[in-house]
Amino acid sequence: MQDVIIIGAGVIGTLIARNLSAYQTDVLVLEKNLDVGDGASGANSAIVHSGYDPIPGTKKAEYNVRGNAMFDQLSRELGVPFRRIGSLTLAFDEEGEQKLSELLNRAKQNGVPAEILFGYDAIKEKEPHVPKEVKAALYCPTAGIVDPFLLTARAMENALDNGAKLHLGEAVTAIKPIDGGYEVQTPKATYQTRYVINAAGAYADEIAKMMGLDKWKIIPKKGQYFVLDHFGPFVKTVLFPLPSQKGKGMLVTPTTAGNYLVGPSSSIEESKDDVSTDSLTLAQVKEGGAKLVDQLPLKEAIRVYAGLRSSIEGGDFVIEESKPGFLNLIGIDSPGLASSPYIGKLVAEMAESRLHLTKKKNWNPFVSRIKLANLSLEERAKLIKENPDYGEIICTCEKISLGEIRQELRTSLPCLTIKAMKKRTRCGFGKCQGGFCQARILEEIARANGKKLEEINYGFPDSFQLKEASK
Amino acid sequence: MKLQTTCIICPRGCRLTVEDDLTVSGNSCPRGERYGRQEATDPRRSVSSTIRIDSTLVKMCPVHTSAPFPKAKIPALMEAIKPLSAKAPVHMGEAVCQNLLGTGIDLLISEDIER
Amino acid sequence: MKKTVDILIIGGGAAGLGAALGAVEAGAKEILLVDRKNRLGGILTQCVHSGFGLKVFGEELTGPEFASRLARKLAETPVEVWLNAFVLSISPAKEALISSRDGLYQVSAKTIIYATGCLERTPGMIQLPGTRPSGVLTAGLAQLYLNEYGYLPGKKAFILGSGDIGLIMARRLSLEGAKVLGVAEIMPYSNGLVRNKVQCLDDFGIPLYLSHTVSRVYGNHHLEAIDLVKVDEEGKIIQGTEEHIECDLLLLSVGLLPNVGILKNAGARIGESKGAAVDGSLMTSLPGVFSAGNSLHVHDLADEAYLEGIEAGKAAVNCLKGVPEHRTMTPLSHNENIGYLVPSYYDESYLGDLLIKFRCRRPKEKCVIMVIADGEIIKTINKISMLPSEMEIIRIPKKLLKNNLKTIEVILEDRL
Repeated sequence: MQDVIIIGAGVIGTLIARNLSAYQTDVLVLEKNLDVGDGASGANSAIVHSGYDPIPGTKKAEYNVRGNAMFDQLSRELGVPFRRIGSLTLAFDEEGEQKLSELLNRAKQNGVPAEILFGYDAIKEKEPHVPKEVKAALYCPTAGIVDPFLLTARAMENALDNGAKLHLGEAVTAIKPIDGGYEVQTPKATYQTRYVINAAGAYADEIAKMMGLDKWKIIPKKGQYFVLDHFGPFVKTVLFPLPSQKGKGMLVTPTTAGNYLVGPSSSIEESKDDVSTDSLTLAQVKEGGAKLVDQLPLKEAIRVYAGLRSSIEGGDFVIEESKPGFLNLIGIDSPGLASSPYIGKLVAEMAESRLHLTKKKNWNPFVSRIKLANLSLEERAKLIKENPDYGEIICTCEKISLGEIRQELRTSLPCLTIKAMKKRTRCGFGKCQGGFCQARILEEIARANGKKLEEINYGFPDSFQLKEASK
Repeated sequence: MKLQTTCIICPRGCRLTVEDDLTVSGNSCPRGERYGRQEATDPRRSVSSTIRIDSTLVKMCPVHTSAPFPKAKIPALMEAIKPLSAKAPVHMGEAVCQNLLGTGIDLLISEDIER
Repeated sequence: MKKTVDILIIGGGAAGLGAALGAVEAGAKEILLVDRKNRLGGILTQCVHSGFGLKVFGEELTGPEFASRLARKLAETPVEVWLNAFVLSISPAKEALISSRDGLYQVSAKTIIYATGCLERTPGMIQLPGTRPSGVLTAGLAQLYLNEYGYLPGKKAFILGSGDIGLIMARRLSLEGAKVLGVAEIMPYSNGLVRNKVQCLDDFGIPLYLSHTVSRVYGNHHLEAIDLVKVDEEGKIIQGTEEHIECDLLLLSVGLLPNVGILKNAGARIGESKGAAVDGSLMTSLPGVFSAGNSLHVHDLADEAYLEGIEAGKAAVNCLKGVPEHRTMTPLSHNENIGYLVPSYYDESYLGDLLIKFRCRRPKEKCVIMVIADGEIIKTINKISMLPSEMEIIRIPKKLLKNNLKTIEVILEDRL
């Protein structure tokens, strides 16, 4: 019998797995997609919120602030790009200024460092790209940006290196209680486990329902975004409008890779999988983003995308052991990413207290990688001499070498799809969107996994990129 | 019957009219006249494709017909090309296959592939 | 590792090969040409169709033949070629950092010719509405997969955009056994060459939908269908005209963009062609750094890119004696009937003729082109018809251009 099964390999599931891998226990993560983080964890604002926004006293407020504080150490251990760049919430009139002082008050109650800056000149010092009409801004220095793809992937890899297991492409179809635990079924196998952690994101309500818990209903809320190329210096802080009923509003932010994001919109959806974009909403996103900066260079847009927030009625996170040994995480929408390090720790501790686990002595918290961009020219030259693959540049937009691509194909975390490689290395994230490098990457993935080119998916199951050999 | 067609010999794209007696109008050069007559009597197209190649540089080797190929026989030509393969080194102009489908037209290598 | 050369050429496609051969012809000795691919020719090698070489060789060649001919010519010169090598950066001082399997090189050049070709506009750039499944590819990537890898990306294809690559791919896919359901073009006219429409679409009975676009993509995992819609004269979707088309491949041929990344990072000014802003000698705003081919502006024919490369090669050799200390930089402007114009400036210190290249903004019949220098008409050309898909080239002999010009204007108007 398995000790723990985690359903869902998003940022929450993988960080729980990493925390549990510090104990002497068998952890298995089941993921329906072909890679970790292909749901909301891979399509969001990539922001580590400071925590001024959630209502004081809620789980969201507490976990956000605690999670935020953990990012420095976590990102160092996992080698994940993270920068504390601070956020500015902008007000353009007196009513807005009033709202900012309420937010400042909330920030204080939540224990978030914050101050209000008055006047364009003061705000411009922090962020030169704000519009001249800005009257005041709430400045929160602890807000940050992170690479959510790598955070999820490295957390999983670290868990795998410490003994956890991961089964990709296995959707849970049924769960039933058995003596001393649960039986978890997938189309490929049946597993018996002492403890189940439901971290299925948008599908968490349906997993709960398999155990007769039907009190939750996930309401998918779609957010649409623009990605701008790393065209040169632009905003250096996270810029928010004043929050409204609909959420934190459309923001403009740099990413850890030097790109910029504009978005998200917010609309309630029927489907949990429909991440389509539409021109009308994108026009609204454009309008929203344009209010926050003096000039929004949308001609630099290289991609649009949409993600689904797994919201529930009531609005706060649900994290509870609903039945003995069956723990549910429901409604982990924003600030889920910022809260994830703390949730990972908390849930692992909840499982530990039920299962009475002992800590491993030899747990290794680190993941390390060679990243050319972080090396000096001398180091780079030396590396190429040792392994010429590091001299051959495959992704010409992001300047990623064959060595860095092959490195990802040798780790404990499988890299099965073009999108997985894109998320690990940034190959195909640039202006050409893979036009120049995708074929080479497809070949590398196929070779490393012992597959034919036509067997490799772009991202999701059944998302072939090549149909058949022409001759 | 009178044929209205567009000349494809050069990027200019002249609109040609070919009368029943094969007089051509609308052309800007003698090549257009020749093309118009050909199109009215025996339409042909240059065909380019690829064949598999044993090479350390590439997987496919580009090939083309040595002359415009009878249009009606192009589907059969594509089938005939399918099983062909080459081994590097190959050079442009070398024939992979001669007298394709009895037309007297050859299939030629398009690129120098040295290894 | 360090190295010094007279001329560094970045890119081994049509323009880069032209630059190398032009520089050799003009007498340069120490030339280094660098390309990211494993053989010369750039994108030409995946363009297996014919239609190349008429201007340069006077005969019709396939893309690979055109590339191989130029490569053979180059092999007879002292030009040093590095393949599988990538230029990571260049500086205004003309220091280049080059990565290859052999190592990391710092190359110091007297002049640089930037000829890196172009990129395709992507689904993201045009904000293609709907989902983002697999099976939505740029036409060039599909061409690479089909021609260099021997794979069909799909069997039921639709093509958005009537650019030449899209038309060429319609034929290639049809020949290789895929069904091409149609080509949609948002403009009321085709963007490709007329002969490509004839031999790539008409020959295969593929419909061309003018004033149409794709309003939605369906499929969460792989492409399942698209909506084809009519657009009005302003290019806006006409509601209620949607036609749902099931397909497993959508190719985009919606335009090309000069690939300027490295040049832009070095601080070169970008012109309205979206390539570098150059003077009449094809020198960018960085003294001694030239640009040619599709990385300067998108050409209709590889022959033109090659010929522009030759010009750049010669100009670079001219510059080896010393970069002009004072560049006059008379701005070239145009009226609204012209889409863009190259060069951006005229520098009188360059002794060659001034070649002006431009595209009209929309199709025109019976029109006149006038070149006006400081208010004086110095050249008039009558045209029967013009298309945006066909680049216009005007040669202004050096002797027609006075010194100290303040403005040069190119005007395209209807003929009365």
